[in-house]
Amino acid sequence: MPMPAAEIERLIKSAIPDAQVELTALVDDDDHWAATVVSERFRGLSRVKQHQMVNAAFGDRLGGELHALQLTTRAP
Amino acid sequence: MSDDTNARIKSEIESSDVVLFMKGTPQAPQCGFSMQVVQILNHLGVPYKAINVLADGAIREGIKAYSNWPTIPQLYVKNEFIGGCDIAKEMFQSGELVALFDKEGVPHAQSGKA
Repeated sequence: MPMPAAEIERLIKSAIPDAQVELTALVDDDDHWAATVVSERFRGLSRVKQHQMVNAAFGDRLGGELHALQLTTRAP
Repeated sequence: MSDDTNARIKSEIESSDVVLFMKGTPQAPQCGFSMQVVQILNHLGVPYKAINVLADGAIREGIKAYSNWPTIPQLYVKNEFIGGCDIAKEMFQSGELVALFDKEGVPHAQSGKA
């Protein structure tokens, strides 16, 4: 079950309000996305912690509804 | 996750300096993401212990909860969760992975040459 870009961006921003989100389709099926997320809240955190913050925004939907999200995260 | 699975994962992570939870084996990876991390570790000449999650359903599901990380592969260095394929690749390319191994005293092919 795919997830459209607008919904992905909405979920990330609901968890990390200041996030700048850039999405790229890896495959044109709304199901394989690459996301670059930039937020001041990432500053000083390890990449794992940064990714965990983004993953948490999706809850159980990651891995099921959203099949693949390739993440790049950083502070501005 | 059962206490038993939790204890088994913990003991696996503590059993070696570098531990990779992966799909398949280093000789025959069953997933492209697992294969990429194997290639990085082999390239760096780091000794590591690989755990095939496909051979153990309890570990396969348990490690995701243990690390709070939804996907396999998962790389541990000195009991610390480093990340999955994307992070390992990014850290390899930036040189951070080698720096981490140096800092943690993990031997690799470039040890002492820098």
